[in-house]
Amino acid sequence: MRYALLLMGAPYSHQASHSALRFAQAVVARGHRLEAVFFYHDGVQNAARLAAPPQDEPHLVDAWVSLHREHDVALQVCIAAALRRGLMDRREAERHGKSGHSLAAPFELTGLGQLVDLGLRCDRLVTFGP
Amino acid sequence: MSETPTADLLVILRHGPHGTSWLREGLDAALVAAAFGREVSLLFMGEGVTALLPGQGPGALGQKGSSATLEMLEMYDIRTLLVEEQALADFGLQVDDMRLTVIPLSTTGVADALKDHRLILTF
Repeated sequence: MRYALLLMGAPYSHQASHSALRFAQAVVARGHRLEAVFFYHDGVQNAARLAAPPQDEPHLVDAWVSLHREHDVALQVCIAAALRRGLMDRREAERHGKSGHSLAAPFELTGLGQLVDLGLRCDRLVTFGP
Repeated sequence: MSETPTADLLVILRHGPHGTSWLREGLDAALVAAAFGREVSLLFMGEGVTALLPGQGPGALGQKGSSATLEMLEMYDIRTLLVEEQALADFGLQVDDMRLTVIPLSTTGVADALKDHRLILTF
C-alpha cells in the first residue's frame, strides 16, 4: 500500500512525533511504500536543523533524515507554517534577510497543495497530532 | 449517501477561533485545496462550531482572526458547511445562530459525511 503521514505535533512536546516516526518505520518494515511525511502546524519543528536533544534521547530530526536516505521518503514542510515559526532554508533566509538558516535538505519547503495531492494520491494518509 | 466517496476533501474543524492556530491552519488547507480545484466541504465539530458565531473581532493579540477567511469561503466555492448537531446542543446554539448557511448533521450524518469524501483532514 502507498502511505503518507501528516505530522502536526511539535517534537519533544507531544508524543505525536515519536508515534509518527515509529509508525513510519513499521510501514516500511512491512514492505509498504511511504511516499512522504508532510509537516504542518507545530510539526514543522521536526525539521529544525539545529535541534540538539540530549544524547540519551531519540534524535527525531536525524531519524527523519535516515528514513529519507534509506527509504526515499520525501520530507515536505509547509512553507507558511514553517516561516511563521522560524524555520527556513538558505534561500528563504536570504530572501528574508536572516543571518542563518534553520532547515536544510532533505527537508523541503512546499505548499499545502502538496498535502492535498498526497492525500488523494496515496491509499492512506495517517495524521499524527497532539 | 452513496457507498463510494463523491467529494474530494472534508476538512474537520474542532477548535474555536481563538486560543490556538488550529482553525486558521485548517481553513488554510481547505482554501488551498479549493484553489487547486478540489471539491471541499467543511465539518465543524465540538468547539469548532463557535467559529461560526457572528460578531467576532480579531482581538488584542495582533492576529488576523479567522472571521475574514470564513467570509471568503463562498468565493472559493466552498459551499458545503456541515455542523455537528450535538455540538450545537452542547453549546446551547441553534442553526440560526450561525452566521453562514450550514447543514446540521446527526451522528449518522457525520458518519455518512466521512464516507462521502475521499480525503479527510482533521484540525
